[in-house]
Amino acid sequence: MTLISLCIQFFKTGLFSIGGGLATLPFLYEISDRFHWFSHADIADMIAISESTPGAIGINMSTYAGYTTGGIPGGILASLSLACPSVIIILIIARFLEKFRENKYVDRAFYGLRPASIAMISAAGINVAMVALFDLSAFQESHFLPDFFVWKGLILAVLIFIGQKKIKIHPVAFIAASAVIGIIFKF
Amino acid sequence: MAASFPAPGAPAAPGAIFMRFTIKAAGHIIEDINYERKAVNMNEILELYLAFARIGAVNFGGGYAMLPLLEEDLAKNKGWVTREELLDYFAIGQCTPGLIALNVSTFVGNKRKGVAGALAATLGFLTCPIIIILVIAIFMKNFADIEAVQHAFAGIRVCVCVLIIQAVLRLWKKAVVDRTTLILYLVIFFLAVFGKHLFFAVPTALLVIASGVFGVFFGKGGQDK
Repeated sequence: MTLISLCIQFFKTGLFSIGGGLATLPFLYEISDRFHWFSHADIADMIAISESTPGAIGINMSTYAGYTTGGIPGGILASLSLACPSVIIILIIARFLEKFRENKYVDRAFYGLRPASIAMISAAGINVAMVALFDLSAFQESHFLPDFFVWKGLILAVLIFIGQKKIKIHPVAFIAASAVIGIIFKF
Repeated sequence: MAASFPAPGAPAAPGAIFMRFTIKAAGHIIEDINYERKAVNMNEILELYLAFARIGAVNFGGGYAMLPLLEEDLAKNKGWVTREELLDYFAIGQCTPGLIALNVSTFVGNKRKGVAGALAATLGFLTCPIIIILVIAIFMKNFADIEAVQHAFAGIRVCVCVLIIQAVLRLWKKAVVDRTTLILYLVIFFLAVFGKHLFFAVPTALLVIASGVFGVFFGKGGQDK
């Protein structure tokens, strides 16, 4: 029974959290309050873990909640329930697009959607930069401009930027290298 | 099936149009599944699954951080999608229910191999995160508190940030084609970054939908030709 309500709850989360990532949080808090499968502290921990593992927080939280309530099958089942609405809805939209991609209005909509898409991605980049490259709280404390920059991070960022242009290897190589550099230089 | 719907030209309520469309779309999907049962090449499905499993394994930093990886693996190396299509998928994935990463996976998988492809891509993307979280939940609950892990991921965040910025620079020309799109970009960017500090947090889905509507009224079509 628990497994079924687990599936229903995470299916609901997948269906109603638009935009993903942190949009799932309100639903996770609600599930926590109603079913006590995990505590608010667990959610906070999971945010930290999500920042340090691949995958979106929604997937991570559903796996974790599923595991605590139903063991390994529970973890897998809860994540799949979370993914279900995405697959169904996008399949329907993709069919719609295949039929209407040549339509004048659909084509024009993309004229507006693409800059919005790039703007969202830029904003996501800025949000990561505000954590990785800049330190607003240290600056607000000292009002000393150099404190605003995370110098180690900025140097690494410049090196990666140049490296990506010069060396044609897979981005994953840079991700792995940054992890090692992060450990060695205590980022 | 068509006989049960109003004749063309007859006024139809929006609800009826939506229902008709949904039924049609469901019909198409079932047709596709039947078709694919014969035509699907298991090797190609497996390739799709593995490609997304690889991306899922290294997709640190949420849905948008997936873009540079998709670009490198799928657009540049394999040629499965174009960069414009990736942008479109992100825009739609942002304003439809579900996690962006999963929406984009489904889109790409569907484009490549229909329903079976969509399932393979999404399951592939889920595989590594599920395994990693299960391992963490079973063995090391304090994973995020380990000092080395924190340092490693501070380093990874720097890299992810650079990768996202580079992806934006590469895709810029495909999206910002004239002054109107530049202004649209700046407005959305400003609202997305500063909106929550200055007045109120505008839901990103709303911003995306608004710019789509803006495009319908003021846009120029035919950029892909």
